[in-house]
Amino acid sequence: MTSQLTASEPLKYSESNLRTEEMIINIGPQHPATHGVLRLEVVTDGELVVDVVPHLGYLHRCFEKHAEALAYNQIIPYTDRMDYVAAMNNEWAFVMGVEKMLGIDQDIPKRIEYIRVLVSELNRIASHFVALGTYGLDIGAFTPFLWMMRDREHILRMLEWVSGARMLYNYIWVGGLFYDLPVGFEEQTKAFVTYLKPKLKEVETILVSNKIFVERTANVGILDRDLAINYGITGPILRGSGLRFDLRKVDGYSVYPELNFEVPVGEGFQGTVGDCWDRTWVRYRECWESVRIIEQCIEKLLADHKRTREFNPQALVPKKIRPKAQDLYVRAENPKGELGFFFRANGRADQPFRCKARGPSFSNLSVLPEISKNCMLGDLFAIVGSLDFVMGEVDR
Amino acid sequence: MDESLSNVGRIKTGESGIIISKLDDLLNWARLSSLWPMGFGLACCAIEFMSTASSAYDLDRFGVIPRNSPRQSDVMIVSGTVTFKMAERVKRLYEQMAEPRYVISMGSCANCGGPYWEHGYHVLKGIDRVIPVDVYVPGCPPRPEALIGGFLKLQEKIKGESALRPKGIEKLMK
Amino acid sequence: MSFEEIKELINRQFPVAILSEDLTATPNTLEISKDFILSVCQLLYEHDKTYFDSLSCLTGLDNGPEINTMEVIYHLYSIPYDLHLALKVILKRERPEIESVASIWKTADWHEREAYDLLGITFRNHPDLRRILLPADWEGHPLKKDYVEPEFYHGMKVDY
Repeated sequence: MTSQLTASEPLKYSESNLRTEEMIINIGPQHPATHGVLRLEVVTDGELVVDVVPHLGYLHRCFEKHAEALAYNQIIPYTDRMDYVAAMNNEWAFVMGVEKMLGIDQDIPKRIEYIRVLVSELNRIASHFVALGTYGLDIGAFTPFLWMMRDREHILRMLEWVSGARMLYNYIWVGGLFYDLPVGFEEQTKAFVTYLKPKLKEVETILVSNKIFVERTANVGILDRDLAINYGITGPILRGSGLRFDLRKVDGYSVYPELNFEVPVGEGFQGTVGDCWDRTWVRYRECWESVRIIEQCIEKLLADHKRTREFNPQALVPKKIRPKAQDLYVRAENPKGELGFFFRANGRADQPFRCKARGPSFSNLSVLPEISKNCMLGDLFAIVGSLDFVMGEVDR
Repeated sequence: MDESLSNVGRIKTGESGIIISKLDDLLNWARLSSLWPMGFGLACCAIEFMSTASSAYDLDRFGVIPRNSPRQSDVMIVSGTVTFKMAERVKRLYEQMAEPRYVISMGSCANCGGPYWEHGYHVLKGIDRVIPVDVYVPGCPPRPEALIGGFLKLQEKIKGESALRPKGIEKLMK
Repeated sequence: MSFEEIKELINRQFPVAILSEDLTATPNTLEISKDFILSVCQLLYEHDKTYFDSLSCLTGLDNGPEINTMEVIYHLYSIPYDLHLALKVILKRERPEIESVASIWKTADWHEREAYDLLGITFRNHPDLRRILLPADWEGHPLKKDYVEPEFYHGMKVDY
């Protein structure tokens, strides 16, 4: 058994390239603080981290092979399972790419687009709640986790009402939606937003501006802006490093140009720009912006783009999806960052010839060795938690 | 002790303070009332496991408290897709657990490969190919209620066990 | 800067680097000769009118044994100018080899390791070219079109 283990997963470091005072600590893949099945090979000198080597692939579920073997609409459930805490956002990005290839992305009715924004933003809040809650858990705060899982449960139940599934929805289809919103959903969402706002304030009190939390995260794991761009980092981490870059604003896809929201960035309130606290702060502020977007969506869905008897969300769903031969790269702003899909269609098959998913977590995680050099071993987990990756997306 | 308090104790447990029970029942009762699962997650199902363990579903009320070490845990929840790279690790973790140990296979992926059964070249099609499984919970991912149901099923199974007359030995004697 | 201007810029510096262009692709794609990929990327990264400071995606692709080629596709994005560009390099299917761009964009490090892992494309001068997703003793490169699954891996049956 032992020999097999070393054969399948050799360490990068060995006696030959370690100094006398250094030692290797293996963390994971089953360690609860590595957020899934990440394995870290940590070289330490006493309490200081000399180098971190992430070992991936413990959740490699062959997404790209499946994508080459299945029809476009059948791939959507597999995209759900990539970033499984933000399934709506994933499938939306994928669907957007297929719609662009078919050339129907401009014909989608406004009501459908607003519903897509609404459910995605709800899911963004749910995803950030998992990120903040488990981050608190990692560095020793248990209560925020329980509170946030409680509030996340409301979102899950609402999305279950919409789609029939709690986590992995398969709700957004190419050309439309599975169903229209259930009757009464808009009012219920309104009630939920009213409930959520004071709870969000509580989150700030108990977690984000908590003295212990600030001590653990401020000035830890500082990520320079230029380095972040060079590492292909996107999403809250890049914004935490001070760059106001959000694809919802930059690309302005879907109906986001019609909606009014801010892009929060890290400003180093508690320490330096780009530290762990800034990344958390950006995530926290984004929850508020998502609430704003949701409120505007509900307003539109109750007024301009009201539910009608004739409205059929599956009206544009193509019976057979066979795009023209082309290459296409599409990207969208996920809770974790830029989710990109590269498609190559050959025009002869119902399956993509090649479909590559560029998960934001994959690039975001790659910076870990860089920013955790020379930090304390205890801070390593503050950094790992602040990167908020999902292994399903890293390994795909 | 205060006189009134000791009276309360007497009324509750009976005058003599003695309960008569079979040793098997006592052992099983102790085992099934504190099933400590190992707190590790593999994939999507782990998030549902987290939901189950936290506020809304509150697994603690069944005596189920996640432990982070295999040495301290009684039950392993295989929560998610098991890849070949991970399968050996899961097996080793199982071997590190002390007897009596139980395995709950949570979700379709751990049961049989789930959606990855056909093209998943790197996915193990069912954790029961590597370690023995006591309870299978279907779903992709299973709802928290389903996982709780799995725990109740496991408790039922433990209730029927006998430490004095182990079934396995009977089989061997045949 | 438009696509034409970028092409012009590359042509001025490296007259034989561009082999063809693909205007049906989104974003528009240039096919680059494989000997020039590093220098073209360097130029696009450094030039103050393009400044492609981020590599969004790096894709390896197998065209199958009939066409007998492999491709590496780079999706570049310039944050200050909001420019998109894709570069494409076609390689031979037997022993595909190309220069690594990890010295320009550090994000290419892991993406190239993934392409190596799943397709067997070798990147020269890569800092640490190992398998990234699959176990180190895995045989074959699964995204190749003619890949056949192994029957067993460490005694575990692979097939359903």
